[in-house]
Amino acid sequence: MSNKVIKTVGAIARFRGTGHLLEAATRMQESGYKKYDCHSPFPIHGLDKAMGLKRSSLGWLVGLAAIIGTTGALALQWWTASIDYPLVISGKPLFSYQAFVPVTFAIGVLLSAFTALIGMLAFNGLPRFNHPVFNSDQFKGVSDDLFFISVEVNDPQFDETRTIQFLESIGGTNCELLQENEE
Amino acid sequence: MNKPAENITIPAEELLLKGEQTFSSITAKITGVIEKKTPRMWFLALGAALSLLMILFGSIGFLIWEGVGVWGLNNPVGWGWAIINFVWWVGIGHAGTLISAILFLLRQKWRTSINRFAEAMTLFAVSCALIFPGIHVGRIWIAYYMFPIPNQMDIWPNFRSPLLWDVFAVGTYFTASLLFWYTGLIPDLATMRDRAVTKFKKIIFGVFALGWRGGNRQWRHYELAYLILAGISTPLVLSVHSVVSTDFAVSILPGWHTTIFPPYFVAGAIFSGFAMVMTLSIIARKIFNLENLITIDHLEKINKIMLLTGMMVGYAYSIEFFIAWYSGNIYEQFAFINRAFGNYSWAYWIMITCNVLVPQLFWFKKLRRAVPVMFIASILINVGMWFERFVIVVSSLSRDFLPANWDYYSPTMWDIMTFVGSFGLFFTLFLLFIRVLPMIAMSEIKTVLPESDPHYTGDRHE
Repeated sequence: MSNKVIKTVGAIARFRGTGHLLEAATRMQESGYKKYDCHSPFPIHGLDKAMGLKRSSLGWLVGLAAIIGTTGALALQWWTASIDYPLVISGKPLFSYQAFVPVTFAIGVLLSAFTALIGMLAFNGLPRFNHPVFNSDQFKGVSDDLFFISVEVNDPQFDETRTIQFLESIGGTNCELLQENEE
Repeated sequence: MNKPAENITIPAEELLLKGEQTFSSITAKITGVIEKKTPRMWFLALGAALSLLMILFGSIGFLIWEGVGVWGLNNPVGWGWAIINFVWWVGIGHAGTLISAILFLLRQKWRTSINRFAEAMTLFAVSCALIFPGIHVGRIWIAYYMFPIPNQMDIWPNFRSPLLWDVFAVGTYFTASLLFWYTGLIPDLATMRDRAVTKFKKIIFGVFALGWRGGNRQWRHYELAYLILAGISTPLVLSVHSVVSTDFAVSILPGWHTTIFPPYFVAGAIFSGFAMVMTLSIIARKIFNLENLITIDHLEKINKIMLLTGMMVGYAYSIEFFIAWYSGNIYEQFAFINRAFGNYSWAYWIMITCNVLVPQLFWFKKLRRAVPVMFIASILINVGMWFERFVIVVSSLSRDFLPANWDYYSPTMWDIMTFVGSFGLFFTLFLLFIRVLPMIAMSEIKTVLPESDPHYTGDRHE
């Protein structure tokens, strides 16, 4: 066995409900913490504002994907039907764009849907299977009925004792330091 | 899991859910369906479903071996049960998308009790649907010709054909529904991961939960992604069956060549889809005692939607007759008189009874809230909707322009077995789903509890 050093990687505190979490988030933001997050079993209205988060920019990415998808699909149909292998079908012009609408729309939707899911995961840094918060046993309750605030060790204000004290002062209970073995 | 510090009670009439629910009681109830011992009924049902699935595999195998001639198709009826089943199954899927997408955009919070399994129903119904055109192509080993893949003949698919639009419309529909469903599942998979006790479950749920932490920095992207997926699925509810209807409407056959088809098909799709949601939710809430989460109020709302869409379908039936008369086109007029009084009139009147008359029961509040009534009605509606497609496809084809071409179509046992077998696929997938994944969206249904609002004070007379 190699030497193991226990290293602190963050701190976590539990809050009683959505209202308390919202208040605590406001206090975290006011006191200048940066690398913290509020965990809950479901999205809570108003937390974005309390944490000073802007609206997600995912919409722009999906919009771009929709434009690329529809343009690409229309270009494919135009090129195959009127350039690469021109075929006159039911006496229509080679580029009878009206008939190309359904496929154009479908591919636009398809690419947007993939972008929405993959973009969301990318913005969230997922998949990521190891994270300091998973070192806490009580954190398992976050997907059931518990509410937490976690602070990461690389927050400039992070200090083992003062951060815990602060979390307690804003109503946190079951405060604990998240620790990890380092080989 | 730990109980919340305070246990707040709220008057029942304000709640979408019955019983005294807390966040953790919801988790316990829904995960209990998966974690508790498998009910005996489930095994019996799965056994029956697997037997039907074997029938499906057998009849598809024989079809590929022998050719499309094993079906009852003849000249002029070149499209038979396969296309009817395809349209029917795709239509059923539409209710899932309407619930998950349109009702989400309309902020109908009652949808959270039924959206997850309605979406699953969509996926499984569309899977069943996709089989039929897939095996109908005859030489199934070159089915890839449907996709714009460079091939040895150097030709491309005909993008002007409604049949090709179908490939893209239904293919996109399936994929987008799958992505939407999976996005909704991520927080619930995290719940399953956190509750897992065996190593196998920990790994499987852990991998599919992708490391979800429920942080608000994640929820903010997640919620927008969900909203966007709902937004792009919304036009799909209308577009997919519209495209399916163009398979008929773009042709020149009397009875098919009508502009009313797209909206008429969409209304019918939602109608039959909600009937299937009803059938399944009545069974599921009974077997797994979910009456407090899928309440009688939810079922009543579904019945109201069926009443509405049923009348839209009834309106379409009558306006078709009006237009046939008003157009002055003798072929069109003959097609409709033949539908109601000709060789397939029996099918027409089954359709009218099931689709137009049966939903009228739901005008009465008592019947709208009676589970046995709605169970039987929901099954009859789906029978009626199958006959609607039968009437459209077969009655028009069997009596086309030239009387010399006329013939009567009946299915063979292979037609029947393939259709019956497709229920095997549907129910096998559905039964596996309800044992393996949370059938109600936990992270969504928790938000209908008043405690989920940060401004909720616990005062019952807020």
